[in-house]
Amino acid sequence: MSRAQLIRNIARVAFLCLVASFVLAPMLATVLGGFKTNAEIRTGALALPETWNLEFYASIAEDPMFWRYLLNSLLISIGCVLLTLFVGAAAAYVFAQIRFFGSRMLFSYLLLGLMFPFATAILPLFIKVRDLGLLDTYWAVILPQTAFGLSLAILLFRTFFEQLPKDLFEAAYLDGCGYVRFFFRFTLPLSTPILATVGVFVFVQSWNNFLLPLVVLNSREAFTWPLGMMQFRGEYVTQWNRTLAFVTLSILPAIVFFLAAQKYIVAGLTGGAVKG
Amino acid sequence: MASLDAARSSEPLSLRLRRGLGNGRVTAVLILLPPALILFTLFVILPLSESGYYAFFNWNGYGSPTDYVGVENFERIVGHSIFQTAVGNTLKIVLISLFIQMPLALVLALLIYRKTPTNAVFRLIFFVPYILAEVAAGLIWSFVFDGNYGVSASIAAAIGSEPYFLLADRDWAFVAVMTVIVWKYFGFHMMIYIAALQGVPEDLIEAARIEGASRTQIVRYVQVPQIKPALIVSAFFAIIGALQVFDIIIPLTNGGPSNQTHTIVTYLYTFGLTRLNIGFGSAVGVILFIAAVTVAVFYQRFFMKRGAVA
Repeated sequence: MSRAQLIRNIARVAFLCLVASFVLAPMLATVLGGFKTNAEIRTGALALPETWNLEFYASIAEDPMFWRYLLNSLLISIGCVLLTLFVGAAAAYVFAQIRFFGSRMLFSYLLLGLMFPFATAILPLFIKVRDLGLLDTYWAVILPQTAFGLSLAILLFRTFFEQLPKDLFEAAYLDGCGYVRFFFRFTLPLSTPILATVGVFVFVQSWNNFLLPLVVLNSREAFTWPLGMMQFRGEYVTQWNRTLAFVTLSILPAIVFFLAAQKYIVAGLTGGAVKG
Repeated sequence: MASLDAARSSEPLSLRLRRGLGNGRVTAVLILLPPALILFTLFVILPLSESGYYAFFNWNGYGSPTDYVGVENFERIVGHSIFQTAVGNTLKIVLISLFIQMPLALVLALLIYRKTPTNAVFRLIFFVPYILAEVAAGLIWSFVFDGNYGVSASIAAAIGSEPYFLLADRDWAFVAVMTVIVWKYFGFHMMIYIAALQGVPEDLIEAARIEGASRTQIVRYVQVPQIKPALIVSAFFAIIGALQVFDIIIPLTNGGPSNQTHTIVTYLYTFGLTRLNIGFGSAVGVILFIAAVTVAVFYQRFFMKRGAVA
């Protein structure tokens, strides 16, 4: 019995390690590749480098454009998060707290965004952003990205707000606290878990977004990091070591962020989407 | 709240209105709701409707559309062999997701759903690809598949064969793409199942075990039926996700070789936007919209009666 169990356990761990190596090997090759010469990459993509060359990583870290791309991405992502949290929570609060004529209809209207992918409207979106004179600005990404994320955010916020204790509002109301003030003084501070979950979700989405920036950002000064990365790859086609160093350094922030905020990220990316 | 509402509804309308103005009910609606409505209408609903309008024109995006062509764009798309390939590729992604990715994710979830330190490490590893940007994942794998420099080059050198360029092979390039898709997304599905499995009451499993059920029987008759809602939701994400694949393709193959690896969105981008055929591209967008809504409605009607996804 215990012998069979032992064998089964070994088989289980072996299988898990096999899958783990399938997951990790490409990433390991990428990180190591940044330390190698191209000749070395060619002969042993997964081997440890003979000498750890720091120059390729250093040249990326010294490139002001690299930091520019990251900064652009950061500012755009923060803009998306703040706008989504504020606009989405405000609307969700109205739907959760106030019953008025047409509220159900407006709520369903705002949820329409859950039905279809972003790409369906990308061409008219490009025309609209261009006609508004927003091409190559942060707003060109922030406004459409936020608008498309609003549906899910409003749905999650409303569900949460409806579960806040009702007596609290009655007490505040009898003390003469109005609806708008109640939103700022009580609803928002009491909702930090859902604000964090949605915030992290929006941040990751925006940080990784490629199609929208690709369409509305044309000048290199405005590029987000995924665009910058593709640009860099185009310029150094035969120099994999530089490209791999670039990839490693640009995904590093995401990995660190993930390890730090794991709980919220997993909740936001899986639970948040499911519980809706 | 309920008691207040009940008290209010017995008051005359004028009184209720005045009270509403007094405590800021009306103001709250007028201040807090419009930003969301305006943003959503301007950047989601309006572009979507415009897609439906532009689709009937031959238009390069400058001036206003005047060259009305009826359903010609749709006819050209449906008859276009590259579009047919793109639709076929999208279906392949759905099939791979349902029959390879989801079973793999389920097996892994069953192996590591219990909360132990080792399991936590494996969970973390398996989830990492999902948080990477699709473009980065695509770029990493284009290195892996590079016959001159990548991991496949090292393997070819080790076994002494000629360099092989998987991504340049008409027949195999899309298999490579699907490998990357499984690599990128199985961890997401696994996390959904893990969350669901942790919610299955331990008593149920214990009871089955006392009744003499084997490990496989417990999985088959207790755990899998219990997490059915999670399986249904994850299949929905797989299908909707397949309709949207774009970022991964661009660094890997950019739709090539000879346009064999397009998906609907890369097709839209390549033939609509890069050539500024706004009318043509909008028509592709309309087709994509219809596909997505059909899937959502069909799915909600047949699988999600209790509304697991809104």
